[in-house]
Amino acid sequence: MKLPVYLDYSATTPVDPRVAEKMIPFLTENFGNPASRSHTFGWTAEQAVENAREEVAKLVNADPREIVWTSGATESDNLAIKGAAEFYQTKGRHLITVKTEHKAVLDTMRELESSGFEVTYLEPMANGLLDLDAFRAAIRPDTVLASVMQVNNEIGVIQDIAAIGRICREHGVIFHVDAAQATGKVEIDLEQLPVDLMSFSAHKTYGPKGIGALYVRRKPRIRLKAQMHGGGHERGLRSGTLATHQIVGMGEAFRIAREEMAAENERIRRLRDRLLAGLADMEEVFINGDLEQRVPHNLNISFNYVEGESLMMAIKDLAVSSGSACTSASLEPSYVLRALGRSDELAHSSIRFTLGRYTTAEDVDFAISLIKDKVARLREISPLWEMYKDGIDLNTVQWAAAH
Amino acid sequence: MAYSDKVIDHYENPRNVGSFDKDEDGVGTGVVGAPACGDVMKLQIKINEEGVIEDAKFKTYGCGSAIASSSLVTEWVKGKTVDEALAIKNSDIAEALALPPVKIHCSVLAEDAIKAAVSDYKAKLGVADDGYEIRKSAA
Ligand SMILES: Cc1ncc(COP(=O)(O)O)c(C=O)c1O
Ligand code: FES
Repeated sequence: MKLPVYLDYSATTPVDPRVAEKMIPFLTENFGNPASRSHTFGWTAEQAVENAREEVAKLVNADPREIVWTSGATESDNLAIKGAAEFYQTKGRHLITVKTEHKAVLDTMRELESSGFEVTYLEPMANGLLDLDAFRAAIRPDTVLASVMQVNNEIGVIQDIAAIGRICREHGVIFHVDAAQATGKVEIDLEQLPVDLMSFSAHKTYGPKGIGALYVRRKPRIRLKAQMHGGGHERGLRSGTLATHQIVGMGEAFRIAREEMAAENERIRRLRDRLLAGLADMEEVFINGDLEQRVPHNLNISFNYVEGESLMMAIKDLAVSSGSACTSASLEPSYVLRALGRSDELAHSSIRFTLGRYTTAEDVDFAISLIKDKVARLREISPLWEMYKDGIDLNTVQWAAAH
Repeated sequence: MAYSDKVIDHYENPRNVGSFDKDEDGVGTGVVGAPACGDVMKLQIKINEEGVIEDAKFKTYGCGSAIASSSLVTEWVKGKTVDEALAIKNSDIAEALALPPVKIHCSVLAEDAIKAAVSDYKAKLGVADDGYEIRKSAA
């Protein structure tokens, strides 16, 4: 087993060797510009780009003409939200999103607020899911767009995209979905789903970083104001010479995801259940986010009475993410966990394990024993654990506000 | 976050972890910080008849630097008089552990813990100590 063990697949995934192999010729011999119409170098590249577009479309059951290449999900979110908000602003200037969205959505919304749009940020329920009645109630006559992610990057919960989309349709609201964490993990059928815009990223699904796509529905047609101007590539929606090798990589990664996801998710679910079983018998542990409506890849747990950063330090043989931000200049813990109503303490002591294609049972067992050992050690030196064991209710203690 | 070797040493081998009975004579207990801020430090000192700190123990909920700061402080206060212990400055702790700027508050907390423990000890003796009333009540 190679240390540290990587359990941070939601941050990024390694490129599948099959993907890397497919990409390389497009860096060297097939280096043509896909926009070159006058020679075979260009035609070869264009063919490769169109094959990849078809693969991306196939994974989500869309038409290849509905796929626009971007540099990643961040750009797709920006193009979708700003592009639609700006194009349709004569219809209204109100937008709706959720507090647990990725920063690529939240900061885009903030940016639009500064140019006169109004945004409603909905609180999710305690399990991380969106309350459909609250969503419906937030819609106003001037609401033009709603943006709700399919799979949350921190807690892995899956929103009911079909139901949210139906509500949007009833009210004539454009519906954008950030699906960066969803591809290869949940079935996506855009012929069935009432979704107008959907963001994808390659590097969360064993493709390369720096490439993504935006799905833009053709029927009924969704119009966007371009955010990148230039040579008019991608039907004018996103100018810039296409990164053939990256696109080929994304296509291959999404092809593999389509063919292997059913079996892979089953295997990963067994590993996640093993991890959960191994940790759940500890005292004072809390799972963050709904356990049923959730991708099998994610387990987000808070270990009460140990502080997140010291826990991360103790488990440096595991590459995982922490909900604690005590490291940075701000002492704010994860905004996602806070939005679920988790206390600062529990948010501080949370760890996100995300499993993936190359995770083994051995990795999981190693993680379980390391976590158990280190949490016990940190609790041994934790005054809060001592107080808890002495039967003191920490909520009744008056703390000195030290900083 | 890269930690200095000294922080890692104290973090991995914390000195003087534990608790004294806080009602025992000569024991001063200081609890500073708050769970919501991500750090709580409990420092206890045991003071003999000559007014010398003969033993110290700590428990800390906090980052590695906070754990290291409190562990270091338990070593430093031993053998010192109460007044000598009060002279320990957070900057001394930060320097000894090579803490980066974002971790200075962890050493501030350790300094506060010394003050709170001394203040508690004095209060138990019935010695008025205007300066630390607030900390004492918070502990
Ligand atoms: C939900 C979600 N949206 C957007 C992004 C950003 O994707 P990219 O790195 O492709 O810009 C990420 C990845 O961090 C994500 O998890
Ligand atoms: S205790 Fe908060 S960063 Fe050290």
